[in-house]
Amino acid sequence: MDALTLARLQFAVTAGFHFLFPPITIGLGWLLVLAEWFGWKHQDAVYVEVAKFFGRLFAITFAVGVATGIVMEFQFGTNWSAYSKFVGDIFGAPLAAEGVFAFFLESTFLGLYLWGRGRVSKGLHWFSALMVAVGATLSAFWIIVANSWQQTPTGYVVRNGRAELVDFWAAVWNPSTLPRYFHTVVGALVVGAFVMAGVAAWHLLRDAESAFARKALKLAVAWGLLVSCLEVMPFGHLHAQQVARTQPEKFAAIEGLYTSQTGAPLVLFAVPFSEPPRLKGTLEIPGLLSWMAFGDTGAHVQGLDQFPPANRPPLWLTFVSFHNMVLLGVWFIAIMAWSAWQWYRGRLWTDRFTLRALVWSIPLPIVACQLGWVAAEVGRQPWIVYGLLRTGQAHSPTVTAAEIAFSLGLFGLVYLALGALWLTLMVKKARVAPRLPAAERARAAA
Amino acid sequence: MDLNVIWFVLVGVLIAGYAVLDGFDLGVGVLSLFARDEEERQVHLKAIGPVWDGNEVWLLTGGGALFAAFPVVYATVFSGFYLALMLLLLALIARAVALEFRAQLDGAAWRRGFDLAFGIGSLLPAVLLGVAVGNVLRGVPVTAEQEWAGSFLGLLHPYAVLVGLVSLSMFAMHGALWLRLKAEGALEARMARWIPRLWGAFVATYAIATAASLVEAPHLFAGVLANPLFLALAVLVVASIAAIPALSRRGAAGKAFLASSVAIVAMILVAAVSMFPRLVPSSIDLANSLTIYNASSSPRTLAVMLVIALVGMPLVIGYTVLVYRVFRGKVRPGTGGHYGEPARAIQP
Repeated sequence: MDALTLARLQFAVTAGFHFLFPPITIGLGWLLVLAEWFGWKHQDAVYVEVAKFFGRLFAITFAVGVATGIVMEFQFGTNWSAYSKFVGDIFGAPLAAEGVFAFFLESTFLGLYLWGRGRVSKGLHWFSALMVAVGATLSAFWIIVANSWQQTPTGYVVRNGRAELVDFWAAVWNPSTLPRYFHTVVGALVVGAFVMAGVAAWHLLRDAESAFARKALKLAVAWGLLVSCLEVMPFGHLHAQQVARTQPEKFAAIEGLYTSQTGAPLVLFAVPFSEPPRLKGTLEIPGLLSWMAFGDTGAHVQGLDQFPPANRPPLWLTFVSFHNMVLLGVWFIAIMAWSAWQWYRGRLWTDRFTLRALVWSIPLPIVACQLGWVAAEVGRQPWIVYGLLRTGQAHSPTVTAAEIAFSLGLFGLVYLALGALWLTLMVKKARVAPRLPAAERARAAA
Repeated sequence: MDLNVIWFVLVGVLIAGYAVLDGFDLGVGVLSLFARDEEERQVHLKAIGPVWDGNEVWLLTGGGALFAAFPVVYATVFSGFYLALMLLLLALIARAVALEFRAQLDGAAWRRGFDLAFGIGSLLPAVLLGVAVGNVLRGVPVTAEQEWAGSFLGLLHPYAVLVGLVSLSMFAMHGALWLRLKAEGALEARMARWIPRLWGAFVATYAIATAASLVEAPHLFAGVLANPLFLALAVLVVASIAAIPALSRRGAAGKAFLASSVAIVAMILVAAVSMFPRLVPSSIDLANSLTIYNASSSPRTLAVMLVIALVGMPLVIGYTVLVYRVFRGKVRPGTGGHYGEPARAIQP
């Protein structure tokens, strides 16, 4: 394999592996804020236990997230130096802002949160949980700004062989920043809700009376239903509409539209092929894609045939990842709505079928996040900066294929070990039910 | 002062902040390799537990700031130092994960493994960061096209390795000063004994490296010997380094740590003044060097970034001080805390 292919593979591995963790910490971070709030304001020791319990899972995940995140930041320089030189005037600023405004906040207050219980006032302790969540969410903002600029660059001119900043706010608020930010962050909230719900369900399957698990599940289902709905409508929908407006060839690829047409159909199911780009065995609803994208069943939607083959994103991967993500999004709403309904009927704690479904659903939002990013990033190909710089011209000219292969192999092994270790620890920690204070046990038993 | 100069100073501040803060927790990590028993190891970990994460962000932010302000340096040096940086990243991963996972897994073998990962994961960055600085001071092969033309083995030049030893002994000393502040009993007494020895190693390597610089990196001294700022900083370096053992002997552990911090900052500033306005001297031809002008972002980006730094960094420093104040004082093994809880179950 050549250096470019290896560098792309390395980026896919390091970005994909890193992105397993931040959605969990962003999602759990806000649930910790809620649980700590109930624990503090309602003097509810069970909620404090919920927070401590999921705080441990948070800390384990955060450590891996930080460690793998540093690789991401350095990788642009090591593997993509031509890219870094081309975009440094614009791309570096949000990365630095992430450090200054977000990552310092998250890391510093995480120390205070994890180590400060009983040492600082309850108010300050809750505030530290809040700052961890705010930091994580702001972190996501600046990273999405940087990435969105790659998708829909604005606020620049190409001068001296590089993209130079002309208008900072135009670059920050480029057309895809907000749709992508809300879709990504709310997706992370869904991840957190399913982690909490699934773990609580696992404990209820063993002890239906567990006060800890019931409270955790209530919190997770109420929050999870809300965020699962918001994730699809409006945020998923708005993001798709933005892609249709700003990156029509990506839109054509994710929706599997080869032929440009008015009244374009929405494909529900198909078997896609990349070479040549075609769908087979298609199940579709006429006119719906035009309506969803542009609010008019007769609207004209551009297909891949409008674009020269050299500018087309690969159809298969984008189509498959996008459609499976949507399918999972529908499942999240369904299972959360069903759980809420069972809760309303008072059956949730003993409904083994639903509880098992929740346990098995734990990894699915994480899978959906990965699929979403594959659709977003592969859909941007062959460009590394849409319309400006091709991926094939962006890697480091001085780094050899052998060097990349070596580090890729090394990181591959380390990440495999790290992933296995992380998963083992998470499962181990998630299985240890907290011991509630005696008074709470008595109250729960009464 | 133009924006390029301001950003030269700010990147220097971020590097200095990183060296002072992560410097002591890397040093504690190196020293943990010599901890006598489980209780001592816990003290090592707890001495840095609440703060190491925030300390490491200085590196991340420094990397981001370098990318934003001097993208050519970021791109050329990072791709040039390819394998060395990968090694550094692996070490930092091992370290972060070992710190957090150690308390969570039972079993003596796991614990030994994580202890080793933490120790080596601290030792490697302590050396590699110095090696990187040594290479940059001496100059690296940068072509007229601002591209890298070196090799991995070329990075292991004796001069660079020497600077790696300077940073290792400096961080170990800095870590020992911190650990003495946080530990009690035998560990505190041992650190008090080790501080003068580590100081001796640091002074010796630093002196040799400075002498070697005259030969290996003469461009560092061209024109600065008459610069009053350089001379003032050089005096500060000598005075603060001399103050460390004197203060330590009198039992003023806090002040000795402060002197060490000042020494680290002053050393970085001295190096920065010598480098100015170069960021990366070229060993092929000094005319190819990456400077604050030919490697920088546009003035607009530098201005935007300055606003970001001026708004953000005072906040960062404010809450960092708050957290250090909350966790001031001695730490004890097995008294709870984030890493402390499972420790009660350990069988030696």
